[in-house]
Amino acid sequence: MKDIIIIVFATIFVENFVLSKFLGICSFLGVSKNLSDSIGMSGAVVFVMTIASAVTWLVQEYILDPLSMQYLQTITFILVIAALVQVVEIFMKKSLPRLYKALGIYLPLITTNCAVLAVAILNIQRDYTFLESIVFGFSGGVSYMVALVIFAGIRERLELCDIPECFKGFPISLVAAAFVSLAFMGFSGLFAG
Amino acid sequence: MMITNIIIPASIIGGMGLLFGLGLAVVSKKFAVASNDERIEEIIDVLPGANCAACGYSGCVAYATAVVNEGAKTNLCSVGKEAVTKKISEIMGVNAESTEKLTARVMCAGFEGITTHKYEYEGVSSCIAASQLHAGHSACRYGCLGFGDCAAVCPLNAIQITRGIAMVIEPICAGCGLCAETCPKKIIKMMPAHNITSVTCSNGDKGVAVRHICSHGCIGCTRCVKVCEYGAITMSGSLAVIDPYKCQNCGKCVEVCPEHTIETITFAPCDRKEA
Repeated sequence: MKDIIIIVFATIFVENFVLSKFLGICSFLGVSKNLSDSIGMSGAVVFVMTIASAVTWLVQEYILDPLSMQYLQTITFILVIAALVQVVEIFMKKSLPRLYKALGIYLPLITTNCAVLAVAILNIQRDYTFLESIVFGFSGGVSYMVALVIFAGIRERLELCDIPECFKGFPISLVAAAFVSLAFMGFSGLFAG
Repeated sequence: MMITNIIIPASIIGGMGLLFGLGLAVVSKKFAVASNDERIEEIIDVLPGANCAACGYSGCVAYATAVVNEGAKTNLCSVGKEAVTKKISEIMGVNAESTEKLTARVMCAGFEGITTHKYEYEGVSSCIAASQLHAGHSACRYGCLGFGDCAAVCPLNAIQITRGIAMVIEPICAGCGLCAETCPKKIIKMMPAHNITSVTCSNGDKGVAVRHICSHGCIGCTRCVKVCEYGAITMSGSLAVIDPYKCQNCGKCVEVCPEHTIETITFAPCDRKEA
């Protein structure tokens, strides 16, 4: 139980996928323009990451390892992720068309979101058990959500600020992202003992 | 040996691909947009098929598609009139009520000189920004701030700022509701356009407090409630609220309102020219 709790908090704060590992930056900058879209997007990522962790762990354990086909890891994992993203996309198109439109290209891009692949591969590298990998996948998604929601809040405020012309848009967003990332460095060492 | 080295990984990937493909096929059947297609067909059957394009789409098929996919209004067919509107509404599962024309209305008339300012605001010219600073510079915390966030978001330019207050030019308003969403004070309400008698105040505070800051606000005297023959006016706290479906626009409440808070909203042609 203690291990599980440590995985959750360590993943969300200390090893935040976006802010400490710098994974999934593309969609992080792309979808953080407003709060409600960013919540929808991270909801999709949480779902994909959690299910992907479970399925890829099973694939690794019961197909790749027994046949010693570990070199197929990347391509099979991407296959799993792509299929999951497709499911999310079909579901959203039907049930949440407004969000589907707002996310646009970023939704299919979850397929190539390195954060999702990283979760799957880290599960294997760290020898997590099945339960641990699901928890790791879920909290990885939540860490993405935390980063995205915080940053969307900041960007909504930035819209209203008097920013020098040359900093408007992406430059100031990147500066802000750097500061948020620095702030999260404050969490490092939280679970050292 | 060489052959198995190729066959095994190929069959793994192929097998997984097949499995996921089948899974996706099931899911896409389940969440298919196919159910939408049926509705399009049904609406096409209901429409007169004149392809007159009076609805603003290229023809009956385009309109039916727009109703299903883009949420176009169900009452645009001027050939079939209400009968068709009703049938389309049934197919879409929306109330025929919701097809009546809505209009946005700013529930505040605290023009310059009528209400005062708490402080001089010199920040970004935006209601959202101003409202974050002690709920805005208007002395009334429910009052319109007049920076025109609603006017900026209106696709039809149907909102103009007159003496510090946003006003909706109702004949132009299409009732999309973007302004109501944008307004940080939430004082823009979507009303049925036929209801032209309106309480132009959103302040539910006690009468003394309202009178102190605004000479146009609802003081909660309940005279309008008593005079209304249709029981259309109720008090929400100390703010009069008119039920637009009960109101017959008789105008008795307008006459009796001591603060002239209840107004009959009219738009003479000259008003529209100014816009």
